[in-house]
Amino acid sequence: MASLTLVQAINLALIQEMEADDRVLILGEDVGKNGGVFRVTEGLHERFGAKRVVDTPLAESGIMGSAIGLAMGGLRPIPEIQFEGFMGPAYDQLTNHAARYRSRSRGSITIPMTVRVPVGGGIHAPELHSDSPEAIYAHTPGLKVVMPSSPYDAKGLLISAIRDPDPVVFFEPKRIYRSFREEVPEDEYTVPIGKAKIVEEGSDLTVVTWGASTVQCIEAMDSLPEDLSVELIDLRTIYPWDEETVVESVNKTGRCVIVHEAPKTAGFGAEVATVIQERCFLKLQAPVQRVAGFDTVMPYYKLELEYLPDAARIGKGILECAAY
Amino acid sequence: MPKRTAYTAKIEHYQILDENGELDTRLAKNTLTDEDVVFLYEQMSISRHYDEIAFKLQRSGRMGTYPQNKGQEAGPAAAGLVMKQRGSVDWIAPCYRENLALFLNGLPMESILLHWMGDERGNKIPDGVNILPMAIPIGTHPLHAVGLGWSAKYKEEDRVGVAFFGDGATSEGDVHEAMNFAGALKLPCVFFCQNNKWAISVPSSTQTASETFAQKGLAYGHHCVQVDGNDIFACYKIFKEAIDRARMEHKPTFIEALTYRLGDHTTADDARRYRDQAEVDEWAKKDPLIRTRKYLENKGLWDDDRQAQIEAKAKEIVSRVVKNAEGIEKPKTSDFFDDMFAVLPDELVRQRETMRTSVLGQRPQTETLAGQPQHA
Repeated sequence: MASLTLVQAINLALIQEMEADDRVLILGEDVGKNGGVFRVTEGLHERFGAKRVVDTPLAESGIMGSAIGLAMGGLRPIPEIQFEGFMGPAYDQLTNHAARYRSRSRGSITIPMTVRVPVGGGIHAPELHSDSPEAIYAHTPGLKVVMPSSPYDAKGLLISAIRDPDPVVFFEPKRIYRSFREEVPEDEYTVPIGKAKIVEEGSDLTVVTWGASTVQCIEAMDSLPEDLSVELIDLRTIYPWDEETVVESVNKTGRCVIVHEAPKTAGFGAEVATVIQERCFLKLQAPVQRVAGFDTVMPYYKLELEYLPDAARIGKGILECAAY
Repeated sequence: MPKRTAYTAKIEHYQILDENGELDTRLAKNTLTDEDVVFLYEQMSISRHYDEIAFKLQRSGRMGTYPQNKGQEAGPAAAGLVMKQRGSVDWIAPCYRENLALFLNGLPMESILLHWMGDERGNKIPDGVNILPMAIPIGTHPLHAVGLGWSAKYKEEDRVGVAFFGDGATSEGDVHEAMNFAGALKLPCVFFCQNNKWAISVPSSTQTASETFAQKGLAYGHHCVQVDGNDIFACYKIFKEAIDRARMEHKPTFIEALTYRLGDHTTADDARRYRDQAEVDEWAKKDPLIRTRKYLENKGLWDDDRQAQIEAKAKEIVSRVVKNAEGIEKPKTSDFFDDMFAVLPDELVRQRETMRTSVLGQRPQTETLAGQPQHA
């Protein structure tokens, strides 16, 4: 057991899966000698060689489309898109091809591919380096969407994603790449896709979140009144999401606040809130609240902390919901 | 040296069998045998009949939109034969005007009809067949051929990734990314561009300012060549060389095959709105079937009896294929759920089992909480 950052945990998962399965290869911009712009793939080029850690030309659609071909050819490609803001050029390949091949070929072609994408704001990055587009891909039938919030989960979820027979978009919240460490077992283990985690148990109100917002929620909970018992759920997987854990919790607490960085309108919180009203209707004691990014373009970094849900805003949302 | 020529290039054009059926015997050396030519002529004849029947099926309301292959059989026939002779090991990423290349390499003839009849089972690829489903968005699939060629190189298999596409597709960014990846990463790939002069209503002259489409591959380090796309000899020779270049040198080839779309873009199109009949008539004289038959007749390898035989055979084959395609049972609604993922998420199982999305329709009563009023 070692105390690792999220970056180190992902790096370890990549090494172990590449050692265990020679069908696994990494491709993307700067993933090779440079070890990735966030150093997620550091040391892999030296360890596995240029055949398995491939610096490609600078073209996101090319990376995604050729990874689809690699997957169809019997390999387990891990394409990296350097920032979520650059997924646009690869969108067509991901949604019209990777997501559809199994269905449109009636199961005769499958795409076992893990698309790694740094996501979200909070690191003073330039324009188009701080967005949270997870709902777009969760709304695309045929894709699985994962976003870990801790080093332990990151390693276990990434191993699950790489072994998954279907395409997985693996969002890595860059704000918590190095912000804290956690004990991560050296041995390989998996965290199942589609299973949420109850970060903290509680009985008065449920908070549902994912990704870097989980850390903001924990901070918010520290300053709440002691007699307010909050249950914090980290979805971990955005699609297919763990309805049962959320429904069970809200049926117990009767109140729910959903927190995410992405814009509020048609964000994934809307889906979670809808299922809560469908399945917890008679138990609800307050309207489900959303504390989310605003419906604006993500501001440049001077104002990004005002945009992102922080402990103060999350705390207010929780108190308002609790007082309703 | 303040000024020098940094790069020069030329594009060679190959024609071996001209439109009168005359063969350039020097260039034809080590290409098609007499048996091959007879075989390809027969296959093109069957494919042409299939195309005509598919058109009629659409016109009589028995099939949806269909893109005719008419006039473009030679390139897919010759390339298809090259791959067939290699044991059909190469990966084919087709557009939708290469039916014959697919049939020659193991795709059941029913599949294409089923696809256009609105049935995904037409895209189901039999085990051991290395062909992707037809790509409907233009120009996105060459990247898949590139990835497949890459996978073959990675696994040290003797396979090539082959992409077929049209002149219009060369305006799509993905085609250029595919060409660049193949060149820069030294991948065993062949790009076969059927320049049929029209992308629906837009002529190839509007598509590009390049003198040829073949030269587009030069910037990506490809071997580039233009062929008469209605000439099975030239297409065979150049495609075979391209496959070998991909296998031996991991160098991609970009082939521009000059041909002509004798039909409309699809059955939903009416080409009379935008192109002159005189142009069509001129190209009809260059039809690959006409020149191949002339060649065979000149060599004493073909006559009216054999023509009657192949026409009868084509009718018999295509009528059986149509019967099979139309006779298949309707797909089940569960089919469109079942292949979404290897293991379906719970919500998808509920949708499949109930054919409902409303939660009250999906979970009648069973989820009602004990002690709560019932809302039926």
